[in-house]
Amino acid sequence: MKRFLPGLQAAPRLGALALVLPLLAFVTLSFVVPLATLLGKSAYQPEVSQVFPQTISALAQWNGEGLPPEAAFAAIAEELAKALDERTLPRASGAINRVQSGMRGVLNRTARRLGRTNFAGTWRETLAGISSDWLKPRTWLAIRQAGAPFTLRHYLQALDLERKEDGGIGLRPEDSRVYTPLMWRTLLVSLGVTLLCLLIGYPIAYQVANSPPKRSRLLLLLVLVPFWTSLLVRTTAWIVLLQRQGVINGLLVGLGILPNDARLQMIYNMTGTFVAMTHVLLPFMVLPLYSVMRSIPSSHMPAAVSLGASPLKAFRRVYLPQTLPGIGAGSLLVFILAIGYYITPALVGGRTGELISSQIAYHVQTSLNWGLAAALSSILLVAVTVLYLIYSRVVGIERMRLG
Amino acid sequence: MKSAPRAGKSIGSASTPLPAKARTPSFRGRRLGRYGFNAFCVAAFVFLVAPILVIVPLSFNAEPYFTFTEGMLRLDPDAWSLRWYEAILNDEAWSRALANSLLIGVASTVLATTLGTLAALGLASPSMPGRSLVTAVLISPMITPIIIVAVGVFFFYSGLGLGQTHAGLILAHAALGAPFVVITVTATLAGFDRTVLRAAASLGAGPMRRFFRIQLPLISPGVFSGGLFAFAASFDEVVVVLFLGGLEQRTIPRQMWAGIREQISPAILALAVFLIAFAVVVLLTVEWLRNRSGSAQRSVH
Repeated sequence: MKRFLPGLQAAPRLGALALVLPLLAFVTLSFVVPLATLLGKSAYQPEVSQVFPQTISALAQWNGEGLPPEAAFAAIAEELAKALDERTLPRASGAINRVQSGMRGVLNRTARRLGRTNFAGTWRETLAGISSDWLKPRTWLAIRQAGAPFTLRHYLQALDLERKEDGGIGLRPEDSRVYTPLMWRTLLVSLGVTLLCLLIGYPIAYQVANSPPKRSRLLLLLVLVPFWTSLLVRTTAWIVLLQRQGVINGLLVGLGILPNDARLQMIYNMTGTFVAMTHVLLPFMVLPLYSVMRSIPSSHMPAAVSLGASPLKAFRRVYLPQTLPGIGAGSLLVFILAIGYYITPALVGGRTGELISSQIAYHVQTSLNWGLAAALSSILLVAVTVLYLIYSRVVGIERMRLG
Repeated sequence: MKSAPRAGKSIGSASTPLPAKARTPSFRGRRLGRYGFNAFCVAAFVFLVAPILVIVPLSFNAEPYFTFTEGMLRLDPDAWSLRWYEAILNDEAWSRALANSLLIGVASTVLATTLGTLAALGLASPSMPGRSLVTAVLISPMITPIIIVAVGVFFFYSGLGLGQTHAGLILAHAALGAPFVVITVTATLAGFDRTVLRAAASLGAGPMRRFFRIQLPLISPGVFSGGLFAFAASFDEVVVVLFLGGLEQRTIPRQMWAGIREQISPAILALAVFLIAFAVVVLLTVEWLRNRSGSAQRSVH
């Protein structure tokens, strides 16, 4: 009999898998694979080695001192002309330019002039006639470095590290660090927003959970309306409230508290980011807190007080410990959401209130440094994944409730 | 905002003077603490709701300002107008954006709801292998920072020729919406009494009939509210549209983004009022469905 049991169990197992599989396949194709591609882009950059394959292989034999052999000059001349024809030059020259600025100009100029220049006996002389940069070893070093298909360069840049003269890796000088300060700022802002959400959300959840049923339902609706209202509407609301000609400044000037020429700058800076993000993420704190508080019998606090504890002590020793799971769940959720937040800081943060997400967007859309954008994304993704794993361990994903 | 820290402090100051040994602390201190706490709670609720409420009257402003004009405060009828509502309703860009939002929202919702409901049914089965890992993967689009999703989707879909197409946005939004369906349907299934299915089977109903005639009607409130979540998520999504969509795929939030970034006009406030009304309708529907799902399952017992 026992031998047949595994066979009997296999049918429902397969049935359950067959139900889950369509979504699993869909999420894998439309979500997991794109993310994996993104991670790949952070370390894999085939452009240069695809466009200049012979040059890269000619440079592989060069020891890096003096100038490379004539074969490298001949190869780059041929491949530059070809890249210009096939329109693959901009991406390759852009990638080399990121290793050493100025290279884009050298490569583009050389490619355009090659057709009109007479051959000067050797390719070395010919190229030198177009640009003296071809006689500098660092030009060739840049091409060779950009030609490596696998690179940690983007990660070094994203972490504000650089290769020192002696080949070791160290931090950039303090005034040229860009991304580590921004990561610290992102962490601190997320932490601050989480604490603010807890401070404001805790009493809200307490009132919703401990009011008489009718009022409790009404208060819950007051939490859910912002939760369901479009993010852009909520962000717009804060622009309307906080800007120099906005409602709060208007009120302060109208009441004579502020002179008209001393309106407060409360938006397009860190204040704007803090206030708007706290407001947007507040429901994510209130809802987990509320669902925990609802299950705490309302008799606990009066019982503690009747036994002689002050209300504050009763709260601290009896009520607060029971809400810790809610505090953990809400705080983790808000922190996870805050650390990757884009829309609100981008709209109300200005320069001083921008977070790491804005830099990712900038490098994808404006500077076109996709490798760096991918490296920054990967670092952020690792941070969020670690937090997500903690969340699923501590809170349990299945217990995530909506609304 | 300003009253918040002050109210917080008064809780502390009310409690500190209490003598440690006193069994009956002063009523005055307690009452102050109580008032302080209540004031703080009121301030917190005001912070939560007031910004959204402020938009509504301002959208009727006759002047292109974002603050209450003197005329509005005097309730002068000339200071109030419907001009921004007319501007929104007559602007073709907004009606095109609405059409795009509806198309992308409905298509992605249908996809997410179908796949999500099936997956939740599978996950609810006691014999599902590797449940927590699979759940973690299926829920992950909800937790991943949207900027990373947008960038990844932009790189990958553009390579497949799905950049600047409706199809690309529908696929991306469906992946983002599916976790909501999985979560709500899973929650509904947790209260589902499986003996009903066995009873139906014993009466001769086949698996298809059992599912469509018995299980689906009973869990339908969960399916609908999951679908509403997915639709709302797509209807409010802007970052993926920003990266992946072109001019032809401008949705309502994308159009709002442009409006806020470039030049914010009170017309946006009129649109915001529509969106707030939409949010309230969705919210009430979800609450109604939640109550129904509770009572439907109770009535089975």
